[in-house]
Amino acid sequence: MNAIELTNVTVMLGGRPVVDGVEAAVARAEWVALIGPNGAGKTTLLRAIARLVPFSGSIALEGSDTKELHRAELSRLLAVVPQEPSTPPWMTVAEYVLLGRTPHLGTLAKEGRRDREAAAWALARLDLLEYRERRLGTLSGGEKQRVVVARALAQEARIVLLDEPTASLDIGHQQQALELLDVLRGESELTLVAAMHDLTLAAQYADRMVLLDQGRVAADGVPRDVLTEAAIARHYGASIDVVPVRGRVAVIPRRERSRAAS
Amino acid sequence: MVAAAEHASDVRARGLSPLWACVAVAFLLFALVVGVLVGPIDLGIGRVLESTAARLHLPGVSSPLSPTEEAILWQIRVPRVVLAALVGGMLSLAGATYQGVFRNPLADPYLLGVAAGAGLGATIAIAYLPEGLRGQRALPGAAFVGGAVAVVLTYAVGRSARRERDAATLVLAGVTVAAFFTAWQTFLQQQNAETLQQVYTWILGNIPSTGWSDVVLILPYVAVAAVVILALRRVVDVLNLGDDEAASLGVNVRRVRLALVVAATLGTAAAVAVSGLIGFVGIIVPHAIRLLTGVGYRALLPLSVIVGAGFLVLADVIARTALSPAEIPLGVVTAFFGAPFFALVLRTTRGGGT
Repeated sequence: MNAIELTNVTVMLGGRPVVDGVEAAVARAEWVALIGPNGAGKTTLLRAIARLVPFSGSIALEGSDTKELHRAELSRLLAVVPQEPSTPPWMTVAEYVLLGRTPHLGTLAKEGRRDREAAAWALARLDLLEYRERRLGTLSGGEKQRVVVARALAQEARIVLLDEPTASLDIGHQQQALELLDVLRGESELTLVAAMHDLTLAAQYADRMVLLDQGRVAADGVPRDVLTEAAIARHYGASIDVVPVRGRVAVIPRRERSRAAS
Repeated sequence: MVAAAEHASDVRARGLSPLWACVAVAFLLFALVVGVLVGPIDLGIGRVLESTAARLHLPGVSSPLSPTEEAILWQIRVPRVVLAALVGGMLSLAGATYQGVFRNPLADPYLLGVAAGAGLGATIAIAYLPEGLRGQRALPGAAFVGGAVAVVLTYAVGRSARRERDAATLVLAGVTVAAFFTAWQTFLQQQNAETLQQVYTWILGNIPSTGWSDVVLILPYVAVAAVVILALRRVVDVLNLGDDEAASLGVNVRRVRLALVVAATLGTAAAVAVSGLIGFVGIIVPHAIRLLTGVGYRALLPLSVIVGAGFLVLADVIARTALSPAEIPLGVVTAFFGAPFFALVLRTTRGGGT
């Protein structure tokens, strides 16, 4: 059984198909990078998988049709790390991570010992235990990113969707964040789907890439098959060189006009 | 996992800390005592306590107060203080709830048109009902119905827009409905200029000295509203992350928001029906608590009830004694202290949401 299975998924926004008949599947514990130019529909597709936007077609998570699940059931299966998470400055790190327990609690319930253990575990995994009393408003961008991932972990969902998880991080923190996700994936059999702009970084970590353009799947396969000069030129309008490095591929932008010409 | 389990007891959300709960309750008790003791006739704290003991049928205690003083204490002052506490607690609870649900630090209980609707209802009652019917029952009833109709309309307009951003659309719908009802109310008021004074007095708000009848009238609404909102207080923290994130954390955003807004609105409509439009309580009390304690909604909401109740009792003491025997409209008292405070809040919250 696949972790995620998309069948003919279409999302209409403003009368226009932003996601158009997408068919794709993600195996358990697989890491799939969702790539494509701005406006290709990556974020919208992630939102459809999380049932945050109406769609036609069907989406199944671990065999269950998302349309048949209660909101809380869905959230126990799937956690979302949004591109720009809301981090109320007055909230402490512990309070924020405990919010990840919401789908496990009744609407009227308070967190119990089991919930605090899950949150403590998530904080420990991200080296944040010392930060638990800190206010979110006092954290740096990289620290906030870790706190948001900790909240997703505390949710104990087997599938995690990430929208540009490294967008606001420097190269060191990008690497740390992705390494960590990779370790967690191995330990907890997490299935990861991440929308990413940095193709080289995506190629380093993803098992598979799905290239979206104008809402359709333009390519789907291992990074070295998807990232070709022709495909990038066609879908991104970019001229690049694809260079093999240690068994993976790197994408290097090519300057089109030489200095002398200008 | 072992190390994490050891830390589990350290990983907790700040609930209602005993210290702040005690401070808030002490403030409320202080306000209640002041409210009962201060008035044109000095009853004295000892004699009030003895009278209370007698009321509680403690053996061997009889009230030292004369029958007139007894009536002043138990039929005028105590019910008025209780009513002020109920209205103040309800308005600040509703304000804090709206601020959380709509993620807008400046949201007040009148956000969705309750005030405009209640104002229209009250104006119609004052202008068109025969003299005898106007008083006690009809005015609160008409104001309550007006407020409720306005909010239902706001919801209908908001839903018909079917926008992605539900909460913002609802606030806009509230502004629209409020403008419409206010226009209607102003028109009626102009047409019936002889009732201007009475309508105006109602709009500026006051706690009536009507004995226990108004307390009985609003208590059920306030109690139900408080129970619903306080039961959902953890979810308000989740809603504060925004609709998408709350939904991805398993919250049925529309349903929970509807429950919270209906509860806050019914309670507000009941409070407005007996006391008119008392501004600023719903904004300054939650913000004062937030500035002082820095807590999240799960602690802010219960604190708002307690502190709001005490605040309005004290404001009412000023309203009825400062120019005694005349009464200053309560809305004037709260705004006089509220406006400077509000300026401070604007300064300290600039650039950051709550």
